[in-house]
Order: sequence, then structure tokens, then C-alpha cells
Amino acid sequence: MKKILRRSSFYLGLLLFTMFAVFPVIWMVITAFKQDGDLYNVANNPFIYNLPPTLKHITFLFTHSSFPTFLRNSAFIGVVVVIITLLLAVPAAYSLSRLVGHWGERSGIAVFLVYLIPPTLLFIPLYQIVSFLRATNTVWALILVYPTITVPFCTWLLLGFFKSMPRELEESALIDGCSRWQSFLRIALPLAAPGIATCIVFAFALSISDYIYAAVFVSSTAARTVSAGVPTELIRGDIYFWQSLMAAAAIVSIPLAVAYGLLFDRLVKGFQS
Amino acid sequence: MATLELRGLKKYYGNTHAVDGIDAAIAEGEFLAILGPSGCGKSTTMRMIAGLEAPSAGEVLIGGKSVTHLPPRARNVSMVFQSYALYPHMSVLENIAFPLKARGVPRTERDAKIKWASAMLGIEPLLQRKPGRLSGGEKQKVALARSLVRDPALFIFDEPLSSLDAQVRTMARSELRLLHDRTGVTTVYVTHDQIEALGMGDRIAIMQHGRVRQLGTPQQLYDQPADTFVAGFLGSPPMNLLQRGGRIIGIRPEHLLPAPPGTTDDQSFELQVRIKRLEFLGTDWLIYGLLETGAQGQKVLSKVSPGIAATLQEGALQTFRVERMCLRFFDPATGSRVDDGPR
Repeated sequence: MKKILRRSSFYLGLLLFTMFAVFPVIWMVITAFKQDGDLYNVANNPFIYNLPPTLKHITFLFTHSSFPTFLRNSAFIGVVVVIITLLLAVPAAYSLSRLVGHWGERSGIAVFLVYLIPPTLLFIPLYQIVSFLRATNTVWALILVYPTITVPFCTWLLLGFFKSMPRELEESALIDGCSRWQSFLRIALPLAAPGIATCIVFAFALSISDYIYAAVFVSSTAARTVSAGVPTELIRGDIYFWQSLMAAAAIVSIPLAVAYGLLFDRLVKGFQS
Repeated sequence: MATLELRGLKKYYGNTHAVDGIDAAIAEGEFLAILGPSGCGKSTTMRMIAGLEAPSAGEVLIGGKSVTHLPPRARNVSMVFQSYALYPHMSVLENIAFPLKARGVPRTERDAKIKWASAMLGIEPLLQRKPGRLSGGEKQKVALARSLVRDPALFIFDEPLSSLDAQVRTMARSELRLLHDRTGVTTVYVTHDQIEALGMGDRIAIMQHGRVRQLGTPQQLYDQPADTFVAGFLGSPPMNLLQRGGRIIGIRPEHLLPAPPGTTDDQSFELQVRIKRLEFLGTDWLIYGLLETGAQGQKVLSKVSPGIAATLQEGALQTFRVERMCLRFFDPATGSRVDDGPR
């Protein structure tokens, strides 16, 4: 009896938390398919379809708004930022952890401190740099700026990974016939896979979700990302295109949430190290 | 197979002299044990032989050729690490194949070698497993197989038995030595365990403070220690070192035996000892005593058989006797042995 009570209270608690976490997503999905007459009638129950659901707003999103452009820009920026981040952070973290003794650790901490400076302080000087490079209003502005956040963080994260890896493994590979580069590729890199997965997710998610840089550095529709483009495009004056807004948010966030869920174990491992 | 020669090998880290000038020549097929307390420089020496550490001065020669400036992969040495350093993301098979793949050995030859090495060590049933699912003894065998497959000129062992259970360790010790005898590969074996060094080494190099204190066969080191450090380090329990006049007298505990009263002779040397404690060790008894003659109050140890121990009592004053030929003499200032016996 006691056991049943304990179990049921456990699941009740779990249910409450799940409801709390999933509620905005559910409302977002329900709203995306509602007809105007259903949504704007205050007498209606907002959680059910009082009129039959419609795909009209999603069609609108893809045919009458710049959403496909935003999606393409976000995906492109995300992928390029991930590549730049890995190309810089992996070698940086590896060399800091292996080749420079005590200074490696200190520089690692210094690198992480850079990450703690809030973006709101940085965007003014960064804007000068971006405009000096004539990159404003292009996706390259964001591709240039996002690594300033992702590289320090991922370097610090991977630093812990490489440090926890016994040096003897690579030394053994050196004796077994590898050069330092080969021992890095064949031993250190595969063992850092959970950390690298974490970095990929972090860098991609950051470049998708960032608003402030995306809004400041890019004002032309052609180069806008989802996070900055959707609110400007779908809120015209005081007219909110609610269903399309909700659909746009759902299309970007749900696949990412699923990917996070699938990678969760690896991510936890990455942050724990 | 090859000879190994170290010429004036030194390694400094800032002002610390980790290795302070080592000269040694190891013959082809020889098993050399490097023995010493932690921090004596034995690991650094080994790492310089393997090429993992660049010497500050001196030379390493393998097979008569200087390899001092060659990277580890070009020295054709193979090494078994204390932690075994098995690659955790590869199966046992892939681990053993790794040094062959890295050297571009063709597939058929690779397979034959892996088969040979895994049969030699009896690990065929483990080939598909990941290292995480192996016991300590199995990991050690896999590490051995991995170092064996590529016909190295030189084997380096870094305390390979220290992470095994005591029972497994004794067996592994003899297996390791038998493996050496079968393959005949020149071997450098680093350990802080004197039983391993005494039991396995053709010769032992005893190190302290970055220098070799003595290099010789186990018997030489035990019977003719070059100085008080070697005398006090080898043997369990170690040699009694007693201050007497202007010299230090060294007496092995097993040579210091209780004497029946009234049997003095010219060939032996006698000590009056107050027995403090008798300790049972299985095959032997250990007697803890305090000297009552000469330098009073010095501690002495004696190791006796159970039959003799039965005649002794804690608290009693007892005459102990050593044959004069078993005495060793050392200079208190330098610690070096000063009697005429062979070095």
C-alpha cells in the first residue's frame, strides 16, 4: 500500500513537471492549425478545435512569407558555425591540455572567462568590426560573430575531455607506430566523441536561438535568421499572425528538441567531464 | 632483438635533476630490471629509452645505433604501461592489430601474427571484447600481446604487474619471464618491487636520486651491496646497518642468529640483544631487538626458523652471533662499502 502511494505520488509529480514543460509546445502546436474564427472567439475553449483545423497558415508561412529564406539562412549559419567552432576549438583544447604544461590550464580558464562577458556588452564593438569588414546585412556577419561565443565555450568543454584522457593512451600509440598527428586522430579524437557531439549541439542551438546579434547585425530580409526574421515578418504593426508564428516556432524547435533528446546521454557525459 | 646502451643520460626539469648521468650497457636478449623507490628517476630513464622524453644530455643507442633524436615510432621498441593503456574504443582484436596497422603490415601477415600472439598468451576467447570488460590479468595479457606482435628490438615494461592482485601477480611474474625466455627480446623492466627485480632480472640496476647506485646480478647486489642505500633497500627485511667505531657494519637479518651460551669461537662476531618482540611470518619468525653492547639502543632485526624462535622469549637478553665472513663494512661518510670483498 505504502509502495503504491509512493509510486503514484512520484508519477503525479512527474506528470505535473511534464505538463509544465510541454504545455507551451502543445499550445503552440494546437494554435498553428486553428482557423481565425476559432482563435479570436473568446468564448471558445482554447485547447480544442471548435472549428475544423486548417493548414492555411502553414501554407501562408511557406508561400507568402520569407520563412523559407530564414530557415535556409539559419541552417546555413548553424552548419558553418559548427564547422568553424570544431576546427578552432578541437585543436585549441587538445594543445592546451597536452602541450604547454601549467600554462595550458591557466589559458583554458582565461578562455572560459571570455565566454562570461555578456553579448549585450559586446555587440557595439563587434558591430564596428563587422561593418569594417563590410559584412553587415549578410549571413557572414553572424558566421563571424557566433564563434566568438561558441569557440571559447567549446574549447573549455573539450579541454576537460582531453585532460581526463590518460596521456599513456597516446604515448602507447606513439610507440605503436603513430605520429603525434595520427595518435590524435586515431586515439584522442574518437575518445572525445561525446564532447564533440556536445559542441555540435551547443554551437548549432546557439546560432539558431540567438536573437540579439541576429537583430542588430542583419536588417535585410534576405539575410535574416529564423529567430530575428519571424517576429519582424509576422508581426506587422499591431497585427499578429498568431497561427503562422506558432507554426514557425514549432517547425524549428520540435526537430531540435527531438535531436537533443536522442543525444541526451552523450550531452550529459559531455558536461560532466 | 638488439643491444641497448645508455651513455651519460641526463634529464633536468629546471633545477631538478630527475636523471643525473646514467651509463649502462644491456646485452642482446638480456632482462634488465631497473629498481628504485618512487621519484628515483627510473620512469624518466625508461621514457627516454622509449623516446617519450627527450634527454637533456647523453645518448641512447639501440643495436649500436643512436636513436636519441628519433621519435618513438622509429625506435622499434614496444612498451607495456602500468595502466596497460589499452585503447578503450577498440576491441581486443583491434588493439592487438593497431601497431601492425600503424606500420602498414599487410592483412594476411597481420592476421597470422595476431593469431600467434593471442595463442601464445591464451586470449583467443577475448578477441571480440572491449577492454572495459576485461579483468586486470586479462588486460595485462592483451597489452603483452599488443607489444609482442610486431617483433620489437626492445621491450620496455613499466611496472606491469603492480595493478594485479597479489595471487595473480606471482603467476604473472613467472609467465612474463618465461615469455621473455621464449622470445629472447632484450627487456628493460622498471619496478619498485624488489621481489620482481630479484626474481626476474638477469641483472638489476638500483637507482636513487637519478643515479644508478649499483648494476649487477641479483646475487651480487644482495651479497655485495655497493653502499648503504643498496644494502638498506634490498632484502625483506633489509640489512641491519650498525654504527660501530668508525664504520658501519652491515648484517643480513638471516645471518644474525641466536647463539647457545658458552660456544664462542674466533670465526664469529657476537652481539648482546634485548628481545623486544617476536613476530610470526609463516615460514619464519622476525625478532625485533635493541642492542645492549657497542652502540646501545640501536634496533636490530633477525630472521629465524620456527625451531629457533621457540627457544626465545620477549624481554630476555640474548647473545646473537654472525659469521665474520657475512659481515659487510661501509664508510659512514660516503656510504660506500669498504671491506675487501668483490664489488
